[in-house]
Amino acid sequence: MKAAGKSLSIICPNGHLGFAPIRVESFRLGLAEKPDYVAADSGSDDVGPIPLGSDTSTSPLAWQTHDLEQMLLASRSLGVPMIIGSSGDTGSNSRVDLYVKIIRELAAKHRLKRFKLGYFYSEVDKERVRRAMRSGDRVLGLDAHKDLAESELDATERIVAMAGVHPFIELLKQGADVIIGGRSSDSCVFAAPAIHHGFPEAESYYLGKVLECASFCAEPYGGKETVLGEITAHDVKVTAMHPDQRCTVASVSGHAMYERSNPYFEHVAGGTLDMSECRYEQVAEKTTRITGARFRPAPEFRVKLEGAGKVGERYVGMVGIRDPYTIANVDKVIAWARDKVRERFGDDGYELHYTVYGRNGVMGELEPLKHKPGHELCILVQGVAPSAEMAEEVCMTGTRQMFYARLPDVKGSAGGVAFAIDEVLRASPAHRWTVNHTLRCEHPMELFKTGVVEVG
Amino acid sequence: MKLSQIAKTVRSKNAGVDLITFDIIFRDREPYERVKRARILTRETVAQLYGLAPERIVDFVEFDPAYAIKFTITRLRPSGSPGDPDIFGSQQYAPLLDLEVPG
Repeated sequence: MKAAGKSLSIICPNGHLGFAPIRVESFRLGLAEKPDYVAADSGSDDVGPIPLGSDTSTSPLAWQTHDLEQMLLASRSLGVPMIIGSSGDTGSNSRVDLYVKIIRELAAKHRLKRFKLGYFYSEVDKERVRRAMRSGDRVLGLDAHKDLAESELDATERIVAMAGVHPFIELLKQGADVIIGGRSSDSCVFAAPAIHHGFPEAESYYLGKVLECASFCAEPYGGKETVLGEITAHDVKVTAMHPDQRCTVASVSGHAMYERSNPYFEHVAGGTLDMSECRYEQVAEKTTRITGARFRPAPEFRVKLEGAGKVGERYVGMVGIRDPYTIANVDKVIAWARDKVRERFGDDGYELHYTVYGRNGVMGELEPLKHKPGHELCILVQGVAPSAEMAEEVCMTGTRQMFYARLPDVKGSAGGVAFAIDEVLRASPAHRWTVNHTLRCEHPMELFKTGVVEVG
Repeated sequence: MKLSQIAKTVRSKNAGVDLITFDIIFRDREPYERVKRARILTRETVAQLYGLAPERIVDFVEFDPAYAIKFTITRLRPSGSPGDPDIFGSQQYAPLLDLEVPG
């Protein structure tokens, strides 16, 4: 470590490893600074409930492998640890196994010297959650979710717990050179090594907060570029590595707001980072210094759970409309088609969604201009049902019947909508977020199983 | 003058699966203070612009260190549910661009 343990530095090359490839030039500049750790988060709930529910990645294997290869070779040649959180978008067990396999293959491909590979799992057995509920331990809903009910638990395919720093620190204590993490808070990927080396929790969590999205804390805007964070007992400094980017007071304080409802607080397993008294100071052209972060330990140890469940198989259809009279009456056209689906399948047991682009397709009920549709519309139709056959027929009926809708004064009597494709297409099964809750735990490691293997 | 002419950044994005958060960021203090003083971005104006029940605005912060105004709304259904047209919540800010800022 620099200055005999007085500071620790970490580089982050990617805010969501695998989702889009690392930009290599600024990563190399970051490595030239001889950081003590190379770390990145690889997950997000932004990608929607399908990857977790269906246990897949939304990131292509080639990009995941590219980024892991860049980081692994850098980590091994510098002789410093590499840490990955929320492997493969969701941090489910199969994604951890996938990343462990990629690391093993890369080690063999490059004939790397023997190293210790640590990993941990974050999936939570539904029965563990059910036991808590039945013993009267409420599983508290976050944001718009109510406390968890057993019916929602039953509708859930898979649950992951959001790890804090604890499993990372446990693996660092066991001497891991490379850590492949299950689902975890982005900031904890970086806070863990800092806390492990004895730096204060407040500065450590702030370091994680500012590094987690890589160059999103720099300006001008440009993702997937490397940033360098350095922590001491009193402050955090963050520096942009790309030649044209800078970490400024505005860009760093602005990043504190990103993707969170409130710019002052960041909740993690075990406590809350309080940024309300943070002070930002430009100390060099590309570097901003932050002081005044605080950390409040939580009175009880609660871990956030994420869970997704399958809604049904899904088909999509698409139609266009140009006739201004039909556009003005598009809701009647949709009602006609819905009615035809109802005649065939009844009132429930399926879902049928219409997204009306050109009117309020993007914003739905929030659209202030929904009374002013454009001169042409595109309507996306989604049919969701228990079986693929039924979903196809729901969607086909809901799409094709728009062609036959009967409007009293329409001039065109040879088809009410235009088809660019006269078919419906199979899409990924529809899922939904069923669990967005917190669970009380006996101890911080209760939900996270770790392992260490020798590789190379 | 319109908000889009004096703000550096106007954006929306998921904040977890139930919330969409909006950031309006200014280059320096002057336009930020001008917008604050004009009271064109408040819980009330936002509720009216988006046709929202007031309780759906769960956070509203004037964030001085970043010259930013930030508010957060609840979704009616979690992100990515079937029929959700904006899984990332990233295209919900457009109506803010045309807000008129008094000179």
